[in-house]
Amino acid sequence: MSGDITLARFDDVLEHFDPVMGIEVHVELNTRTKMFCGCATTFGAPPNTQVCPVCIGLPGSMPAVNQKAVESAIRLGLALHCRIAERCTFARKNYFYPDLSKNYQISQYEDPIDQDGYLDVELEDGTIFRVEIERAHMEEDAAKNTHVGGATGRIQGADYTLVDYNRGGMPLIEIVTKPITGAGARAPEVARAYVAALREVVLALGISDARMEQGSLRADVNLSLRPKAADAAAQAKVPFGKRSETKNVNSLRAIERAVRYEIRRQGALLAAGQLVTQETRHWHEDSEETSPGRSKEQAEDYRYFPEPDLLPIEPDRAWVEELRAALPEMPAVKRARLKAEWGFTDREMLAAVNAGAVDLIEATVAAGAGPAGARKWWLGELARVANEREVDLVDLPVTPVDVAQVEALIGAGRITDKLARQVLAGVMAGEGTPEQVVAARGLEVVSDDAALLEAVDAALAAQPDVAEAIKAGRVQAAGAIVGAVMKATRGQADAARVRELILQRVGA
Amino acid sequence: MSAISRDEVARVAALARLSVPPEELDKLAEQLDSIVEAVRVVSEAAGGDVPATSHPIPLVNVFRADEVRPSLSVDQALLAAPAREADQFKVPQILGEEP
Ligand SMILES: [Zn+2]
Repeated sequence: MSGDITLARFDDVLEHFDPVMGIEVHVELNTRTKMFCGCATTFGAPPNTQVCPVCIGLPGSMPAVNQKAVESAIRLGLALHCRIAERCTFARKNYFYPDLSKNYQISQYEDPIDQDGYLDVELEDGTIFRVEIERAHMEEDAAKNTHVGGATGRIQGADYTLVDYNRGGMPLIEIVTKPITGAGARAPEVARAYVAALREVVLALGISDARMEQGSLRADVNLSLRPKAADAAAQAKVPFGKRSETKNVNSLRAIERAVRYEIRRQGALLAAGQLVTQETRHWHEDSEETSPGRSKEQAEDYRYFPEPDLLPIEPDRAWVEELRAALPEMPAVKRARLKAEWGFTDREMLAAVNAGAVDLIEATVAAGAGPAGARKWWLGELARVANEREVDLVDLPVTPVDVAQVEALIGAGRITDKLARQVLAGVMAGEGTPEQVVAARGLEVVSDDAALLEAVDAALAAQPDVAEAIKAGRVQAAGAIVGAVMKATRGQADAARVRELILQRVGA
Repeated sequence: MSAISRDEVARVAALARLSVPPEELDKLAEQLDSIVEAVRVVSEAAGGDVPATSHPIPLVNVFRADEVRPSLSVDQALLAAPAREADQFKVPQILGEEP
């Protein structure tokens, strides 16, 4: 589609330029009702079944602020270390497009509810990168347009457009970063890690489903390049270049790719002595490139003015402090705490995080297992099964309580690690709890010496030459007898005990 | 000398997606100017010590509880639609990009 675009090599661009990013994330809140009306917010409802005079902009209808949405905005602001405005107002952002029934979007402009915060973002190697937050403000979502006809299904060449206002008026919070500088070659990773960390915060707060594939968390990435300076102090004095704003970046992976792509595209332009156009660009997931949209200068005049239909909000300080006190532990803080409590190494903790096993290990420990044992099963056998079945760990039909029970059975010497795998397989096959599986499959370790001795005697009798060898002092020969006994007991004997009994029997 | 220029009228018209013939720009600039002039009286009445406000009543924190209220039926919602297809509003293809 844009095959005529030249891309420079990423490393070459970074040698000469310093990337500067700005990231805007829209989070759709999971309140029961919309931002300014009582319509339901169920995702995937049939078109135009969750609409009313307010959210389709009928004349005379009046918006009313959803208190829960305000509460969510304050909680997010607190989690992002923002100052909560003493007083904030709503404003009308004017533009003409059928996704906006009123020809304006109610948003916040000069005085957003959350101001000047930050989010510490952990990169893959454990480095902490601080992303400064400029603001987070409340607004309403636009309706969903479907362009019908034409070759591409996009706007160009469409015959007409269908509009579903269910999404119109849904409560959004837009979180805007300050310019992100100093990331250098790690800019793509920082962008991805920031959105991932923000998503985690939103999920921990429980204010949104934050599903990128459903559009309940959407990211726009601004990127510009400026000449690279000798050091940080000199770099700070270099003015920013012209930026592009890439929209429609709907997965964490795409964010990383889109930043990388824009660095290479703009780098090629600048290297060729051309200028970067200040414009909106669209990310295409299939071809992994961006294409130009409208140019910024023309479109950015939204003629904001105060929303006369809504009164200012002055969040009660006692309410704000109450919300602050009730904030859940933030994911990064929690991870650091658990890592210390569990005595995991950086590598072990990272593996647990990447496998999505932290909460599972935590629950398994809470159910009585040791952290090392819990980690061993979730990142070992169970991760293997999950991988084989191509599902997430959390979706396996086995619970932390099951895993803790397996660990308890091992601890009591009733099953071995090897038997434990069969027990877990039984649990996942729906045969019941670990105890039930052990009973039903007869998996318990044979710890009855009389029964074991019987098997030992039979094995020694079957291999008299080995018995002689052991008696003669070749103790390592006992391995063959151990193997025979294990086979006879279908692996349910404790190998160490069997070995003791053999040596005792032959009098070695 | 009018406070609203011909270019400003053209720009606002473009933003509002109105097509205004060039010969009408001067006339509209003049008319808008007299509207702005009329409103200017208000700024004169309010001194510098009066804070700007968008509301006549000093109320704050008027909230609605997050409780679902019945929506319109699809047919009610689409009653004033210029055209409909299935249960959606049908509008002409839009030139230019989405904002
Ligand atoms: Zn509504």
